[in-house]
Amino acid sequence: MENIAINEEISINSESKPGEVMLDIQSLKKVYPTPKGDYVVLENLDLQVKKEEFISIIGHSGCGKSTLLTMIAGLNPISGGQILLDEKPITSPGPDRGVVFQSPSLFPWMTALENVLLGVEQVFPQGTKEQRIDICKYYLDKVGLGDSFHKKASDLSQGMQQRVGIARAFALKPKILLLDEPFGMLDSLTRAELQDVLLEVWNQENITAIMITHDVDESIFLADRVIMMTSGPYAKVGDILSIPLERPRDRRSVLEHPDYYSYREYLINFLEH
Amino acid sequence: MKTIAIKVLTFTGMRWGVPFIKLFSGEEAKTQLKEIGQTVGIPLAAIVTFLFLWSVTASQIETSLGAVPGPIQVAEQAKSLWIEHVEERAKADAFYERQEIRNAAKLAKNPAATVKIIDYTGKPTYWDQIITSLKTVFMGFVIASLIALPIGVLCGLSKNAMQAMSPIIQVFKPVSPLAWLPIVTMIVSAVYVTNDGFFEKSFIISAITVSLCSLWATLINTSLGVSSVNKDYINVARVLQLSPMKKTFKIVLPATLPLIFTGLRISLGVGWMVLIAAEMLAQNPGLGKFVWDEFQNGSSNSLARIMVAVFTVGIIGFFLDRIMVALQKAVSFDKGAVVA
Ligand SMILES: Nc1ncnc2c1ncn2[C@@H]1O[C@H](COP(=O)(O)OP(=O)(O)OP(=O)(O)O)[C@@H](O)[C@H]1O
Ligand SMILES: [Mg+2]
Repeated sequence: MENIAINEEISINSESKPGEVMLDIQSLKKVYPTPKGDYVVLENLDLQVKKEEFISIIGHSGCGKSTLLTMIAGLNPISGGQILLDEKPITSPGPDRGVVFQSPSLFPWMTALENVLLGVEQVFPQGTKEQRIDICKYYLDKVGLGDSFHKKASDLSQGMQQRVGIARAFALKPKILLLDEPFGMLDSLTRAELQDVLLEVWNQENITAIMITHDVDESIFLADRVIMMTSGPYAKVGDILSIPLERPRDRRSVLEHPDYYSYREYLINFLEH
Repeated sequence: MKTIAIKVLTFTGMRWGVPFIKLFSGEEAKTQLKEIGQTVGIPLAAIVTFLFLWSVTASQIETSLGAVPGPIQVAEQAKSLWIEHVEERAKADAFYERQEIRNAAKLAKNPAATVKIIDYTGKPTYWDQIITSLKTVFMGFVIASLIALPIGVLCGLSKNAMQAMSPIIQVFKPVSPLAWLPIVTMIVSAVYVTNDGFFEKSFIISAITVSLCSLWATLINTSLGVSSVNKDYINVARVLQLSPMKKTFKIVLPATLPLIFTGLRISLGVGWMVLIAAEMLAQNPGLGKFVWDEFQNGSSNSLARIMVAVFTVGIIGFFLDRIMVALQKAVSFDKGAVVA
């Protein structure tokens, strides 16, 4: 397909190769000033993410997961330490870091296609309008919205909206994908569907991904490594669990894998202490 | 046809009309009648009670112009105002007809003759006065919007602009049209001296006074809307690195449209409300001047005629509001959020 070729052309060639460290978080600190004095959410947080790796982050509510993610996105200023993306410090947000928020945050007055197109126009200004639309349609098709290009975002169900959100993030061809509990607001059935969609697109695109989740099973199913954060204040990385299950994964074989329950046990054990 | 009618009624917030349409189109009579009883019967009973209390109490109060008119006298005056309008139009038509015949005759005798076309100079009818008032309020509304929208957007986008505008808004917002009018009159008289007849001076004075009173609602709602755009939208815009222009026109403004229209709707309502006072003092030939003239006139019909004006103002105000509701719904992505 022609449009895939276009995509390859515009993809930002990051300097690191698969398996090399792409995102390097070094003694990161975040302080929120509050009326009662400074609140140190994160301190001395270190984390390395390799290229094409899928990382999930779990931790108690309020420990600072979203704070960490928005700082990687560049949407939230850093109080100390640094975050290097391909060895360059992050200072501002940019389309090389696609973000999927918990609420789909599509623009309800635009169609599904227009929502995706808004980003594609930004990262692919040199293409023709047809090329850009083809890219959007390609990704919308991949997330299973092949027949809803021209539906208003406000007319889509929550699950479909989040599909558009995923398509919008992938269509940017980002270096890294940041997902903040993207399925947190969905019912368990839709949730499983979307996990499959996400994993399928991710398998083909080979994009580094960091996903926050509250769901232990979700974190195992999707990730190569699960990062466990300690509770705040002064939260940092408490433990890391590798999930060396082979890819591509399907739900059935993951659930039936002999190691599955020991992973699960390990994570739940961490969260309960 | 039926579905269109129902849509229009729903869209303008007049859902009470829907069961009537359903009833006449032959849908099950019982449920429709029940709904009519609820949505129309109760208000109707209230209106009848109101009219009854009005007619009973009105006759008790003697003014220098006779007893306070009851609903029947007011209805009679409404009718006579309409008849006067029709007669005046007939006179005007007759005048132009005579003039045309005269001119035609003149030209027939001497094709080179110059014919004059004289405008009919009858006094404005009640209908004319309504039209003038509508034009004035529309003009005032347009001026108010042209001022309030850009400033509102600016205030919403920049904290500093908001800080700067805030005291001005707070101080001028509560000022009555009666206070603005003398100032506006003096300034317009000083500045608008061309008097080419394109706009009457009194028209401009009333319109500007209307805008001075009505622009605040649009300004405040617009700035509130712009400054409270969903944070996620703004974050998406930042991730995509949209230019300020693109961010404003593709994201901030569409997200704000519902609140902007809430503001515009309030503005139009306020404008229509202060219009009568403005026209009274500016002697703009609209409903306000009608009320003033009737008050000065002091005939036995005057009070009833002023009451006709009161109802006219109320009913037109109601329809203006319905139009704004329909517009608001048309631009809102979240149809349920519009309060009728
Ligand atoms: N802008 C802010 N100002 C002050 N405190 C904040 C701010 N944003 C977040 N916090 C506080 O920082 C802490 C971490 O917040 P954060 O949203 O990152 O947690 P989280 O791990 O994402 O929680 P959840 O799992 O509920 O989403 C919380 O205690 C929160 O109250
Ligand atoms: Mg969070």
